[in-house]
Amino acid sequence: MLPCYHLTRAACRIGGVARPGALQPHIDLCPAFSTGDFVTLLTRRTFLEGLAASAALPGLGTRSAHASEPIPVGAIYDLSGPLQGFGQNQWRCAKLALDQINESGGLLGRPLDVKLYDSQSDMQFYNQFANQLALRDRVAVVQGGLTSSSREVIRPILRRLETLYVYNTNYEGGVCDRNFFATGATPGIYVDLLLRAAAERWGKRVYVLAADYNYGQISAQWIRRGALALGGEVVGEEFFPLDVNQFGATISRIQAVEPDVVLNVFVGPAHEAFYGQWASAGMNQRIPMMSTTFGGTSEIVRMPPEVVNGIMVIGSYYESLDYPFNQTWLAEFRRRNGTDYGYLTDVPIKDWYGWMLWAEGVRQAGTTDREAVVAALEAGISVDGPGGPLTIDARTHHCFMNTHLAEARDGEFRILERYQNVPPTNPADQCDLQARPDTNTMYTPDI
Amino acid sequence: MDLALVVGLHLMHAIASLALVSIGLAVIFGMLRVINFAHGEFLMVGGYAFVLSAGAGVNLWLAMLVIAPAAVGMLGYLVERLVIRRLQGDVIATILATWGLSLFLVGLAATVLGYHQQGVAPPFGTIEIGSYTIGIYTFFVIGITVVVILALFAWLRWSRAGLLVRGTMQDGELAAGLGADTVRIRSATFVLGSALSGLAGAVLAPLAGVLPEIGATYVVKAFITVISGGATALTGTTLAAALFGLTSQAAAFLSRPVVGEVALLVVAVVLLRVLPTGITGRYFRKAL
Repeated sequence: MLPCYHLTRAACRIGGVARPGALQPHIDLCPAFSTGDFVTLLTRRTFLEGLAASAALPGLGTRSAHASEPIPVGAIYDLSGPLQGFGQNQWRCAKLALDQINESGGLLGRPLDVKLYDSQSDMQFYNQFANQLALRDRVAVVQGGLTSSSREVIRPILRRLETLYVYNTNYEGGVCDRNFFATGATPGIYVDLLLRAAAERWGKRVYVLAADYNYGQISAQWIRRGALALGGEVVGEEFFPLDVNQFGATISRIQAVEPDVVLNVFVGPAHEAFYGQWASAGMNQRIPMMSTTFGGTSEIVRMPPEVVNGIMVIGSYYESLDYPFNQTWLAEFRRRNGTDYGYLTDVPIKDWYGWMLWAEGVRQAGTTDREAVVAALEAGISVDGPGGPLTIDARTHHCFMNTHLAEARDGEFRILERYQNVPPTNPADQCDLQARPDTNTMYTPDI
Repeated sequence: MDLALVVGLHLMHAIASLALVSIGLAVIFGMLRVINFAHGEFLMVGGYAFVLSAGAGVNLWLAMLVIAPAAVGMLGYLVERLVIRRLQGDVIATILATWGLSLFLVGLAATVLGYHQQGVAPPFGTIEIGSYTIGIYTFFVIGITVVVILALFAWLRWSRAGLLVRGTMQDGELAAGLGADTVRIRSATFVLGSALSGLAGAVLAPLAGVLPEIGATYVVKAFITVISGGATALTGTTLAAALFGLTSQAAAFLSRPVVGEVALLVVAVVLLRVLPTGITGRYFRKAL
């Protein structure tokens, strides 16, 4: 960051308007320029305006909040392209939170002005929009992203540009970065609870099917670790590239091994083909199936009950939860979005929580300033929501949340068990942002 | 022994699915030389036509074997009339236009049909082979692929319409000079290829599910298969499907799924290096 003196101020606030009404003397920070920004800077008009502004208010900065001035906030979601099955509902949930905040008077008396970008499921746009949000829109926080790759594109950018980032998807876990908060669940917890439930019901010999990229690979590591800890065994492990949709060979191999349970970490449309082939071979009647990912894109609505009934899943949210908060929340969600949105599970719902958590942080801090908000969030803020309370863990910047074991049954998830306030996975306190706030890394399970 | 039988059946199923996915493209690209990048989306539309009509209470087989091919056939007719015919001979423009069409169809399906249409479970039950079970629908997929290929072969080989189509593909100007209405023949052939894609999309829907972007899963493998097949589209595509289905599934079974994917590509690359004009560029040249 460079100190930004008043002469170049109008230029560094690309497209911005100097506000002569603000009188507090103040030296602001100016984000680094990109070449394109300099082109804007050097048009004569902008330059002269900059001069005029500085001449009118010598030495005075202009950045101060009017009481009613909107707070710009940034959102990037996969609203089109292959990931829109996730992104559309993520945005619906986020929008509900933003609308509710604004309808109740905004934050600190100021409305939120959301800058929404559609990444088109394209990592290149994530890069571009993260830069735009931080440099041009100068937002107070950025939320969004779905895949781990999208997160790892924007997380370093936002860290460098000192803009807070909240990521609301279940992911492989392990990110340890003070500028980053995660409201999603990580597989360590999910896998342990699932394996324990399997051991109680069916046995400890597990066959693992997972997507062949970091999320699937790291989840499989957690499963191996969890199975060992329970005295069980991973009797088979297969990884599938995201465009594989032929599972015949795999199904016969599973038949040969006869595991007690199959645990899958499937991702994406091609892998959905598995369930039909599994049912076609009659396997859904013979070997129990568990999944950490099933349900995230309304599969429960799309797939016939005779194919998916009995699949056991785990998650922090299902529409069928009987919390009173959930009943009113769902009614409100449906009032605004109609009923043709599929079925909500914990992936989209966390985008509602993410915005609510940040808003609570701003209220506690009394400002949108990043350092103050991070400090407030680290105080262990908790918000209640449709899936029960969500509480920030100061050491990892991940969350405590209620977690539910459920089973697919006739187009619904039937809740089997509830685990209250499950802590985020953090083996051996790898991540401790209180003790080591400068950490910027991603831990993987040590096995 | 049981295992060998079951694995053999899975291999045949993999071959049949690959052939089924490619057969519409074999007609459109292999015979008409139209590069249809929207081929995967034609399969997707077939899948939706099947799932939606079955969901509306139409008889399952009517929906799969009649409505889906008819719907995609009609789509093909429109596309040929409005796009393909106008760009005939201009390869780059055709690629761009069908690529755009592919994006359009995905977007249309996503906004109009969405992600929340309930699919159809694989019909029939299962049979047991020793300690293994296998879906009867697997046999149905293999069976219908064989029927489609044989019917297409017989039609091309022995019917008058098939003769006209072959003549037009071989030398359009000469056929026109002899009084054949080549514009209509090309249009009808495109519709036939589209209808076959629709049928494939519907047959595979219970096993693969239907989503707006599902086409991307198929299009690359279909093109590789048809291109490797070479000049005589039907025989070539069938042979290439057999070769690729066998290698990829066998490699996936013996090793890991990712190796299966790699094996398919390696075989395709080696094949096209050795036989640049495809399998039927050298062998079976007199076939169809």
